[in-house]
Amino acid sequence: MTVEELYEMRDRERERLARLRERIYCCSAAGCLSCGSESVRRALAAEIEARGLKGQVEVCGSGCMGLCSRGPLVRTQSDGAIYAQLTPDEALWLLSEDPAERRRLEAKRLDLNDPFFTRQLKIVLANSGYIDPESVHDYVAMGGYQALAKVLTEMTPEEVIEEIKASGLRGRGGAGYPTGLKWELVRRQPGDIKYVICNADEGDPGAFMDRSVLEGDPHRVLEGMAIAAYAVGAQQGYIYVRGEYGLAIQRLQLAIRQAERERLLGNRIFETTFGFRVDLRIGAGAFVCGEETALIASIEGKRGTPRQRPPYPPERGLWGKPTLINNVETFANVPPIIMNGARWFASIGTETSKGTKVFALAGAVRNTGLVEVPMGTPLRTILFEIGGGVPEGRQFKAAQTGGPSGGCIPAELLDVPVDYESLAAIGSIMGSGGLIVLDDSSSMVDVARFFMEFCMDESCGKCIPCRAGTVQMHEILCRFSRREATRQDLELLEELCVLLKETSLCGLGQTAPNPVMSTLRYFRHEYEARLTDREGGAQ
Amino acid sequence: MSIKTLTIDGRMVTGAAGESIFDVAWNNGIRIPRLCHVGGISDVGACRLCLVEIEGWPKLAAACLTPVEEGMVVRTQTERLRRHRKLIVELLLAERNHVCSVCVQNGHCELQDLAAELGVDHVRVYYRFPRLGVDMSHERFGLDHNRCILCTRCVRVCDEVEGAHTWDVAGRGVNCMIVADMGEPWGNSETCTSCGKCVQVCPTGALFEKGKTVGEMYKDRRFLKYIVTAREKRQWIR
Repeated sequence: MTVEELYEMRDRERERLARLRERIYCCSAAGCLSCGSESVRRALAAEIEARGLKGQVEVCGSGCMGLCSRGPLVRTQSDGAIYAQLTPDEALWLLSEDPAERRRLEAKRLDLNDPFFTRQLKIVLANSGYIDPESVHDYVAMGGYQALAKVLTEMTPEEVIEEIKASGLRGRGGAGYPTGLKWELVRRQPGDIKYVICNADEGDPGAFMDRSVLEGDPHRVLEGMAIAAYAVGAQQGYIYVRGEYGLAIQRLQLAIRQAERERLLGNRIFETTFGFRVDLRIGAGAFVCGEETALIASIEGKRGTPRQRPPYPPERGLWGKPTLINNVETFANVPPIIMNGARWFASIGTETSKGTKVFALAGAVRNTGLVEVPMGTPLRTILFEIGGGVPEGRQFKAAQTGGPSGGCIPAELLDVPVDYESLAAIGSIMGSGGLIVLDDSSSMVDVARFFMEFCMDESCGKCIPCRAGTVQMHEILCRFSRREATRQDLELLEELCVLLKETSLCGLGQTAPNPVMSTLRYFRHEYEARLTDREGGAQ
Repeated sequence: MSIKTLTIDGRMVTGAAGESIFDVAWNNGIRIPRLCHVGGISDVGACRLCLVEIEGWPKLAAACLTPVEEGMVVRTQTERLRRHRKLIVELLLAERNHVCSVCVQNGHCELQDLAAELGVDHVRVYYRFPRLGVDMSHERFGLDHNRCILCTRCVRVCDEVEGAHTWDVAGRGVNCMIVADMGEPWGNSETCTSCGKCVQVCPTGALFEKGKTVGEMYKDRRFLKYIVTAREKRQWIR
């Protein structure tokens, strides 16, 4: 495909869509699928066929529309309305040309002026809910692959890296390493063979940001990876997806096939000398394989265990070659930065954290789902305006960010702006974007115990502090739950926190104590209240 | 070969570029504790006992995997490191069933020596008492999982020196187990050459020669030297 052909394809698809009287998007992300959106879509498709509306009305799947707790969600293109919890029968009313029919669904129509929608800013999720994730034409109609075309025909790799550096984009996997700097490190490494890896081994309990991006807009990730590959000088990419993400895997396979067929991946992309292939690698269920060195070992066919860094992957990565490894959301940010410019991106967010962040809002909050907000948005805004607060009759207690590596944020710190530094300063982390709200029925000791059990199960067993330490910490926390813990146990727990943090081999072990440390910091009284009167400690 | 000069525990020492802090320290008589490192095979930095403090580094570094640099200031024996090492040994002792009084290796076991050296006179963490088996299917050797600390010396020596790769680790976290082939009884292994290298490098009594009773299993320490020579000079001499 040439650049001209890309524009032709875009215009052709836009014209086709403009001729439609109505296009109905049924959310086909995992959340809505689980509450029956597929039957809604099938009913609509059958009725369109039966009424002979083909060419006038079209129904298609779409990515996540955000308000997962109210699924199945359906959006109508002509008026931009979103309907919640539609049954297949009700959905048929949308097909009629008579506006009265549609008014019968007024009660199910979501108020788009609700803060849930108005307080969000969608960059990564801009296409989610607006395109059919199974159609490359839809993505191209929304301006897709134009960033890649621009990069390949108008920019040098150095200019691309400069642009990403100037944008201030930082890694969305959790650690927040400046993306442009990482790209530059890989570019500067000697050697002809380099790799680009997309880390889609999202594993934090309650987090589904990356899954939604892959399910709703897979081509965007491919485009971001191709741009990165051009910038660092790689010809081969891998997407490492966790095996549990069946739908994401399916959509990615389809997207890769489509992109290859349209010659948007493969040799001589846009008739340039640049070629890039992408292959999928499916994880087998180990959380630790989200750690970059373990992920690389897993792609190499080895046991998924981390190794000592340095050397970091940009220096020695996949098969010993320089390797760029970024998260799904990081790659998804790349095409809009190229299209709209670094200055646009840098104007969003805070001094040190640019752009937006996608959060998976879950737990004791009215609106659960996927939200995207500018960096620096106060946590209170996310939880109480967008999330709608804690349901009736309950009190907010804490917000958990960053999953098993993160911490709990108490009510008095709710005004903290959500950016990398501010969250770290209060003992939590940005993490990949899991955000779990806890109400006053939750015991913080139990929260800590839950995450410790998770880390214990997911420890790879390579280094002693993590393997044997998480087991001991879990045992002690169980004793707290059973009110059998002594003061010596509390001291030992704190000592183990320091040990794991300072001596573990990889990030999993180093951050495993975080949920314990942050609950000890803000909710110590709950631990104290569960101490037994009995004297003595272990053995 | 370029020479690096650095300070370890207040002493000026020199090492070749590319040498690890661990090797340079030991060459200069500064003993850093270790359980997973053994000369002649690759390092994995898994036991975390050789962690040292390096001035200007935000984190502790595994001495066996950190190459020396010019002007480095390394401390191997601080109060913090001593405390961490002690707790790590306690974790190991509680993880499986290390009953010295009935062990073939009693009196000359690296784990036991290290516990004594670090002053581990009692264990504060909870003993787990897992139920683990003993593999006595091999003609000449035995594997007692109760005494295994998962240092993976056996895995590496079998892979890197003998070239058989009979051993590997199966399972995850605390359920990790050393397995022969794809989880076969050792005696059924089709890859094992019965060379006994794994037995000699094992720091505890987990791998032992059959027919030895309490305290009788002496590991051939020259074997380590033999491996180094084999590796570096390609000569098979004891």
